[in-house]
Amino acid sequence: MPEETTDHARPVVDTAHGPRTGDVIATPAARLGVLARAWDSDIAFSFRRSPVTIVSAAVALVMILAAVLAPWITPQDPFDAASLNMMDGFTPPGEPNAFTGNVYMFGTDPQGRDMYSAVLHGARVSLVVGLASVAFSLTVGVTLGLVAGYLGGRTEAVIMRVADVQLSFPAILIALLVFGIARGVIPPAQQEQATLFVLIFAIGISNWAQYARTVRATTLVEKSKVYVDAARLIGLKPFVVMVKHVLPNVTGPVLVIATINLALAIIEEATLSFLGAGMPPTQPSLGTLIRSGQQFLFSGEWWILFFPALALVLLALSINLLGDWLRDALNPKLR
Amino acid sequence: MTTQPYVRVSDLSRSFDVSKPWLNRVIEGGEKQYLKAVDGVSFDIPKGETFALVGESGSGKSTVARMVVGLLPPSRGEVTIDGVSMTDRKAEAERQRLRRRIQMVFQDPYASLNPRWRVDRIVAEPIRAFKLVEGEADIRARVGELLTLVGLHPDDGVKYPHEFSGGQRQRVAIARALASEAEFLVCDEPTSALDVSVQAQILNLMRDLQDKFGLTYLFISHNLAVVRHMATRIGVMYLGRIVEISGGREMFTSPKHPYTRMLLDAVPDLAMSGQERAPVAGEIPNPINPPSGCTFNPRCPWANERCLAERPPLADGVACHAVHEGRLAVKNAA
Repeated sequence: MPEETTDHARPVVDTAHGPRTGDVIATPAARLGVLARAWDSDIAFSFRRSPVTIVSAAVALVMILAAVLAPWITPQDPFDAASLNMMDGFTPPGEPNAFTGNVYMFGTDPQGRDMYSAVLHGARVSLVVGLASVAFSLTVGVTLGLVAGYLGGRTEAVIMRVADVQLSFPAILIALLVFGIARGVIPPAQQEQATLFVLIFAIGISNWAQYARTVRATTLVEKSKVYVDAARLIGLKPFVVMVKHVLPNVTGPVLVIATINLALAIIEEATLSFLGAGMPPTQPSLGTLIRSGQQFLFSGEWWILFFPALALVLLALSINLLGDWLRDALNPKLR
Repeated sequence: MTTQPYVRVSDLSRSFDVSKPWLNRVIEGGEKQYLKAVDGVSFDIPKGETFALVGESGSGKSTVARMVVGLLPPSRGEVTIDGVSMTDRKAEAERQRLRRRIQMVFQDPYASLNPRWRVDRIVAEPIRAFKLVEGEADIRARVGELLTLVGLHPDDGVKYPHEFSGGQRQRVAIARALASEAEFLVCDEPTSALDVSVQAQILNLMRDLQDKFGLTYLFISHNLAVVRHMATRIGVMYLGRIVEISGGREMFTSPKHPYTRMLLDAVPDLAMSGQERAPVAGEIPNPINPPSGCTFNPRCPWANERCLAERPPLADGVACHAVHEGRLAVKNAA
């Protein structure tokens, strides 16, 4: 049997002021490159582990690239009436036109517009509206949520009650209302160019409350942590503490909502355009294309509706799946 | 040199509104309720010394610490540090200059460092805020110096807080506190979240730094062994009041207040293992509705009629009728 050590009765706190070791860490090993470190990170690992996520990321990437590059990779400009030939109208997909013999992959609409070009240009408009409206609601929502959470009191009460009231209405209703008001306010001559901005504003303003709520909740949690006290201790102003300390710690949940909301904003835009309160037929988004296609559905020209609708579904679904994955990947409890 | 001590806390009090929301009060009835977290606390700390506040959870130690550094405004009373009031609204400009010299080390090293900031940025923040060093290269050099001072490597600055252990994080927190060339450190249970072996290292580091820079400490703890190691003077808090103030050694050899005796009897001691021990009787009462007179009376074996009715003043370093009247002899366990 080993000898029993006798120094177990030593007091918990060692009063000797001698040199200490153990708590000192060694020099970090040679630092990996940024790319290698990104590949090794938790997020990248969970991405590689999920085939659904890889496929939806690929689909979203291809569609976004195609939409961005539309003017250079499409055979015609669907907004330029001069490039259209009425004789090409109603060409079924993949078949030669009865009069001209032209073949269109996705077919053509009554004006002889190539549906492939129209879908890519439409996706471009949809993405612009989606991204810009998300950026808008994100800015408004995060700012108001941060202010409400950090300052508290009456400011918080006012902001959050407004958010509650707004959340009790469907977002599409608020967007329709804003759109209707803008119609009445903006002079008819400028309406066509203004439509894009009105849509972005309408969709953006109808979605800020979600961000505000999430950011306020996260801010309340972060505010109670003492690193915020440490920052206040050196006399930093509330605004500086909010932006430099609290804001970086609330971005995780915001990123998830923003991704899922991008899909929702694209669908919301399509809904508005489908209802006629959106992009005009001269500047069609996916929703406008679906709206004009649905009247031919029962007369057999299915492709005019089908391809824009398919593009919308793929875009929204892939972004949504990416958002779902991001939510799980950023949730430490599910790691 | 002024005759005033470096840190003077006089009659410091703080109550919190713990009432139900306005709407509930109107519908359900009921008064506004206040919780007196700290009630008339006074003490002085001479420069270069360590004053420790001990007490059970909920005795108001941390509230005192937060008021002393100015994170929480007091309801009543005053804190003066080097002649500048921390509580007077008018002295804001002077206080901003004073802030550089006061820093705090917090209890939880997992929450006291911003998880999104690299350690060098965390340590450099006070340097930048007070513009103590100009130029990025010089700031980096100063941060490296500070990290070395607390026993870390200058290269550790590029890491994030989650890459460190609790003890190392507390070292980072101490480096941040020293970054502004602080003279007065308020330490709110700086070791209670750490392993026992690491506690000693951190405490020794803090003592070394005190010797090196002549720091003044206000040290909050519930661990009597830690306090014994650190403090030159000790204040025992009970329900928001100081019940006994005495010198560091005196407290352990001849405790006066019945509560202090109770606490000392409860300290785990290997020499006494196996023996029957007197447990700390009862629990700290609800501070929303504290006992009348001496707040310790429900747990005190020496309580009489006077203790139920009258609040004992702090005299000769102790607030206890039994001691003042001579009913309870000051024991000399030395």
